[in-house]
Amino acid sequence: MSKTILSDESLTFAEKVIGMRAQSNNRPLSPGEITVLPVDMAMAQDSTGPLAIKVFEEMGVGKVWDPSRIHLVIDHTYPAADEKVAKLHILMRAFAKKHGVRLVEGSISHQHLLENHVVPGMVLFGADSHTCQGGAVGAFATGVGSSEMAGLWATGKLWVRVPETIRVNITGEFKKGVYARDLISHFIGMVGEDGGNYMSLEWKGPAVRTLSIASRACVSNNSMECGCKLSIFEVDALTQEYFRSVGRESIQEVHAGLKATYKDTHDVELGKLEPEVAEPGNVDKVKSVDELEGTPIDQSFIGSSTNGRVEDLVVAAKILKGHRVKTGSRCIVTPASRQVFEYAISNGLAETFLQSGAVFTNATCGACVGTHLGALGENEVCISSSPRNYTGRMGATSAKIYLASPATCAASAIEGKIADPRKYL
Amino acid sequence: MTIPATLQGRAWVWPDNVNTDIIIPFRFKARTNDPVEMAKYAMYGFDPEFYKKVKQGDLFVAGRNFGGGSSREQAPVAIKYAGVAAVVAESFARIFYRNSFAIGLPALEVPGISNEVKQFEELEVNVENWSVKRLRDGRVFQALKVPGFLRNLMREGGLVEYYKRHKTFPWEQLQTAAATA
Repeated sequence: MSKTILSDESLTFAEKVIGMRAQSNNRPLSPGEITVLPVDMAMAQDSTGPLAIKVFEEMGVGKVWDPSRIHLVIDHTYPAADEKVAKLHILMRAFAKKHGVRLVEGSISHQHLLENHVVPGMVLFGADSHTCQGGAVGAFATGVGSSEMAGLWATGKLWVRVPETIRVNITGEFKKGVYARDLISHFIGMVGEDGGNYMSLEWKGPAVRTLSIASRACVSNNSMECGCKLSIFEVDALTQEYFRSVGRESIQEVHAGLKATYKDTHDVELGKLEPEVAEPGNVDKVKSVDELEGTPIDQSFIGSSTNGRVEDLVVAAKILKGHRVKTGSRCIVTPASRQVFEYAISNGLAETFLQSGAVFTNATCGACVGTHLGALGENEVCISSSPRNYTGRMGATSAKIYLASPATCAASAIEGKIADPRKYL
Repeated sequence: MTIPATLQGRAWVWPDNVNTDIIIPFRFKARTNDPVEMAKYAMYGFDPEFYKKVKQGDLFVAGRNFGGGSSREQAPVAIKYAGVAAVVAESFARIFYRNSFAIGLPALEVPGISNEVKQFEELEVNVENWSVKRLRDGRVFQALKVPGFLRNLMREGGLVEYYKRHKTFPWEQLQTAAATA
């Protein structure tokens, strides 16, 4: 790694990582330039992996570049909802066995990688758009499709275009009932669903240190909804503490230069944010909860890679404790990983969910993608802490999905209509 | 399967922000690995009967941010196997754009194009000089340039065909290049 690039004050995070790691380069590259990056880790899940496997076999490559760096994760429809899904899962297990790559079942890929493998400075490509979650701990992490994943399995490299960077300065403190999810929802509403297309986001400012690793993961994950390639929180004392606590201490810190060039800078004062809700159809139709309060719902979903972590389940349980899910509506709580699931069992959260009348499921993407554990029927309405509210996302084309924080989803479950979480806190 | 230099067809015109859940909903794409099956669900979010109405060689013209959302390569695959020869849009979402080249579906960025084309109007897409011609008046719209290695990859039919023919991947010999080279 080049010391010169690492300490160059004129470069963004993305420019530094690409400049240092790009093949036969070791010089700074500018936004728009295209180069080739060696990759440290590759991931595909059960809705992109089977196609990547098919493509890999059609190519006739033979061997993968490094089995220890390749993860296949069965998470989207786990356990299989039907025979067709089961057939694709069997294909993944057979490929993992044949090539000796890592196989994970029953934790959401992004959360599993964060808990076990991602480190700052790493180059991670995933066949899943929300792979950018890795930026929460300073990893260069981004999504690609299945054929490119197959080519990456073969070569250990992939082409990249150097992105422009948007800086987001965050200041102040959240009010009661407002969380990281409200911050990122607000930001998506500000810049629009393609406001970060092709770009790298850098989260800066004094409020960053107040965000937990889980909150940063929520923000980095959901940054995808403005189209971005990377969403970066640089390593700070909290990140270092996190890696000490999980025993992964070999980390490469990359900090953007103080004189780096940004395409745009946005300021967000956390104290001005309200519980935010995105209206059905587009992730950027964001309003404060009071504008939508009272909208009847059939289902509330608390989970997904965006908001299925321990801190999300803790706040949902706090709100649901002593209350019942409104008769006639459903509340589904789905942890993001086996680790989160186990925490919820051992710490009484699962009990609270069950006592409130909610359904507490295994760790999976579940209802978010509408294949099992909470698919929506004709004209049903759901409020969800998952990342997307697109038409047909969770089932029927006519179903409507509102997006909100786990707290807002939990409060809405109690009332059977969109509700402000603050009255339950 | 090399893509010819010119592709003539009628244009289906779509709005801004056509996302991958509209192009092919998860519940269908998660249950098959067969591109012909995927094609049956192309544009399902707008019209579940689209695959019966589309004709071989039809074209797409769309607004901003076509293909936003998920990384699902099944989205461009469904469009391609439904018979659509090329997609022209004001802009594409990042992963959909990469996927289109990787599977050999011509994807041309032409700012302003969605206001210039009517539903089912005849167009000619030129994948050699990277432009779109409106046949009613012969007006040519130049697409934003993309690097040669990506255009070659697309013309040769995508990564599977490319690797089978060359026994190497397009990026293995790639030197750093300007995006507009």
